[in-house]
Amino acid sequence: MRRLSYALLGAALVALPVAAQQQQQQKQPAPEAAQQSSPQAEAEPSLPKQSWSFDGPFGTYDRASVQRGFQLYSEVCSQCHSMNLLHYRDLGPNGPGGGIGYSEDEVKAIAATPFINGKQVTDGPNDQGEMFQRPGRPYDKFISPFDNPEQAAATYGAVPPDLSLIIKARAGGADYVYDLLVGYKDPPPGFKMGPGNMNYDEYFPGHQIAMPPPLTDDRVQYQDGTKATTDQEARDITSFLAWASEPTMEVRKRTGVKVLIFLLFMTGVLYAAKRKIWLDVH
Amino acid sequence: MAETAQPRPMDAHIDDAASRRDFLLIAASTLTGIGAAITVWPLIDSMEPAKDTLALSSIEVDLAPVQLGQRLTVKWRGSPVFIDHRTPEEIKAAESVDVASLRDPQPDSARVKKAEWLIVRGVCTHLGCVPLGQKSTDPRGDYGGWFCPCHGSQYDTSGRIRLGPAPKNLEVPAYEFVSDGKVKIG
Amino acid sequence: MAAPRSQNKIVRWIDHRLPVFTFMEHELNDYPTPRNLSYWWNFGSLAGIVLMIMIVTGIFLAMQYTPHVDYAFDSVERIMRDVNYGWLMRYLHMNGASFFFILVYIHLFRGLFYGSYKTPRELLWMLGVVILLLMMATAFMGYVLPWGQMSFWGATVITSLFSAIPVVGDPIVHWLWGGFAVDNPTLNRFYSLHYLLPFIIVAVVGLHLIALHQHGSGNPLGIDSKGPQDSIPFHPYYTVKDMFGLGVFLIIYAAFVFYMPNALGDPQNYIQANPLQTPAEIVPEWYFLPFYAMLRSVPDILFVPAKLAGVIAMFASIFVLFFLPWLDTSRVRSAHFRPVYKWVFWLLVIDCIVLGWVGAHRPEGFYVVVGRLGTLYYFFHFLILFPLIGWFERPLPLPTSIAAAVTPKGGGRLAGAARPMEKP
Repeated sequence: MRRLSYALLGAALVALPVAAQQQQQQKQPAPEAAQQSSPQAEAEPSLPKQSWSFDGPFGTYDRASVQRGFQLYSEVCSQCHSMNLLHYRDLGPNGPGGGIGYSEDEVKAIAATPFINGKQVTDGPNDQGEMFQRPGRPYDKFISPFDNPEQAAATYGAVPPDLSLIIKARAGGADYVYDLLVGYKDPPPGFKMGPGNMNYDEYFPGHQIAMPPPLTDDRVQYQDGTKATTDQEARDITSFLAWASEPTMEVRKRTGVKVLIFLLFMTGVLYAAKRKIWLDVH
Repeated sequence: MAETAQPRPMDAHIDDAASRRDFLLIAASTLTGIGAAITVWPLIDSMEPAKDTLALSSIEVDLAPVQLGQRLTVKWRGSPVFIDHRTPEEIKAAESVDVASLRDPQPDSARVKKAEWLIVRGVCTHLGCVPLGQKSTDPRGDYGGWFCPCHGSQYDTSGRIRLGPAPKNLEVPAYEFVSDGKVKIG
Repeated sequence: MAAPRSQNKIVRWIDHRLPVFTFMEHELNDYPTPRNLSYWWNFGSLAGIVLMIMIVTGIFLAMQYTPHVDYAFDSVERIMRDVNYGWLMRYLHMNGASFFFILVYIHLFRGLFYGSYKTPRELLWMLGVVILLLMMATAFMGYVLPWGQMSFWGATVITSLFSAIPVVGDPIVHWLWGGFAVDNPTLNRFYSLHYLLPFIIVAVVGLHLIALHQHGSGNPLGIDSKGPQDSIPFHPYYTVKDMFGLGVFLIIYAAFVFYMPNALGDPQNYIQANPLQTPAEIVPEWYFLPFYAMLRSVPDILFVPAKLAGVIAMFASIFVLFFLPWLDTSRVRSAHFRPVYKWVFWLLVIDCIVLGWVGAHRPEGFYVVVGRLGTLYYFFHFLILFPLIGWFERPLPLPTSIAAAVTPKGGGRLAGAARPMEKP
């Protein structure tokens, strides 16, 4: 009876997180923006799993890939997508988790260079009471392509979501984002596309996404010379977005190792102490 | 309520067992104590200035727009910093004061890196008010520097206290000129 | 262990004026505890420790959080990125809430199995139910604070429930909201109350412990202590056992905090609250799922609309717990000696898990049927089965004493019937 209880408890403790992880990975990703879910959506195809450098208890970010992903963001994605929770200084040595490998000077240069959307920081008011534009500085947030969501909706028809937390904000995480980016294809025969300029995507819930396919071969020229295939670009942007969603992940996992080793040791000693003290009761 | 049961007495091999048990208990208590200390440290450290505060802990100021004789106010670490592009007369006045007679003796040379640029924190050393004198219309007191309206402290063209209740000269923050046109404060 | 008065002059000086040391001596060193407590008795102290962890991490998080709809979400992300060890405090607090409920649910089911709620521990049990209610209120309000999509919409759904109350429903809801929808006033008052309630919980836990110490702990055999041979002092036996249990717990807790910190949460709460866009599925945190299932299962009953009936069922499911000491008619405490109830207990466990699973899905088709059956069974279990089983069940013969049951020299058959509690 007791053994049954222990067995059930142990099974529950193991099954719970495994089930939770499975649930999160296979659960239908939440529908985005205000776009209509297609009523014809039958069983969604399951997300093909990918392997990432940051998977698992010892995973780390591949800084070269993350830097290429940042280049993609600044040259492609920032046309429409903001990343309001990131600051330029996050990319450098004083950033959370130690940054993505840029030096302080490089960060200053990056901050001062506008993204593809060309916008500058709105600062002020100055002594005349006016707001003015100026180039970015390390302590500024990533400059947003639009001033407010209404402006985005007016320009693009839908509000492109902020990307700062996109990996954590979608069931399926990095796999979902990657699969979505490479999942554009022609709609299958008989599938009726809705009104407006919608695009068919295999993994987007409802299959109709307002974003046109953002990645093509050689969409950018990588600074480190890596060949920019669509697949490579999708991997790199996903790596960057994963870092952006949780820059402190590596610190977390490293700290976890130390904490768990200490706890295992301490618990072992406590167990021995317990047995010792209880000897005379048995 | 039932009385406390006594654990059965141990026999002659107590000493060995006892000292092993003591060691075990000492080890257990020590580890628990270390565990508690390790837990406390991140909480204390979280109260330190966060990364966004530290990012603003130094600023770069462009000096080009500040004309000779003009004064600029910038915000640094939450309070004002006075940047004074001093005229030759002001420099002379600052250098010709008898240092020994000052309440807080400091030669002007110890307070500037380039004589024409005086950079001091705009916080009165008495009780923390912001002295007047940055605008051309402000009163500057009798010594050509700054005048604090709260209790009447007066500072000279080197930012030194000359009259009034303030005990010390206006604080000179850490700064360095990063190029001819810019200075980095903090 | 005798309790000598301390030789230390300072200790005596303080104790003479404020008897903290005598109090500790009495409650820890002298306090007799049944010698046969199993590890199922660790969960109370574990819950108390997690309460401390939640309060401490909460206080430090509160130093950095901004309770305003325009800043709340960003302030939490600032904690995660810019504040030293902010990510750690946040994940400790977030997962601590889940683990607090895991521990308390196990502690509760321990009580159900071993008859811990039976005389003379009725008030001890009822105080425990009060603690559970306060925990649920605290957790609900705390989840709103990050101001994500689930925060906002969960708050909207649950506060809107009160509109089911006839006549005064809508005015009550507007009063709760401080407006016409969940908005800044709601967030601010939830922050205030979320900071306050844990200290009320501490006070009720204090009462809970006082009630406990009146008659001491129950034990797996469910029989009273008959003499000093049945008890051992709490310190050092149960202090060290509790510490070991804490170590095991911390390992599991740390595994989640450091390696699976978002496994128990909902990704949609990483999207900032948008009052103009409802998520496809509004799901509360896992520890509310069984109650959520009951809420959505109940159909229109006679003249009571489904919404109101669901609210009543949900609250009734907790209020029925208050009456357990009287619903259970058995004279025997521990399920070890109750051959029928022993198995029926597991039906309840399964029912709660099934209800939880139902609560995670949309109330459509198959889930509705299962949800209704599960809800029906829950009340059937407490209102019908409890009294009936107590009346008709023939319990096994109880051991003469705890010592007789657990020591090898204890009388033949009974010592065999009761399992040895600890292996040397």
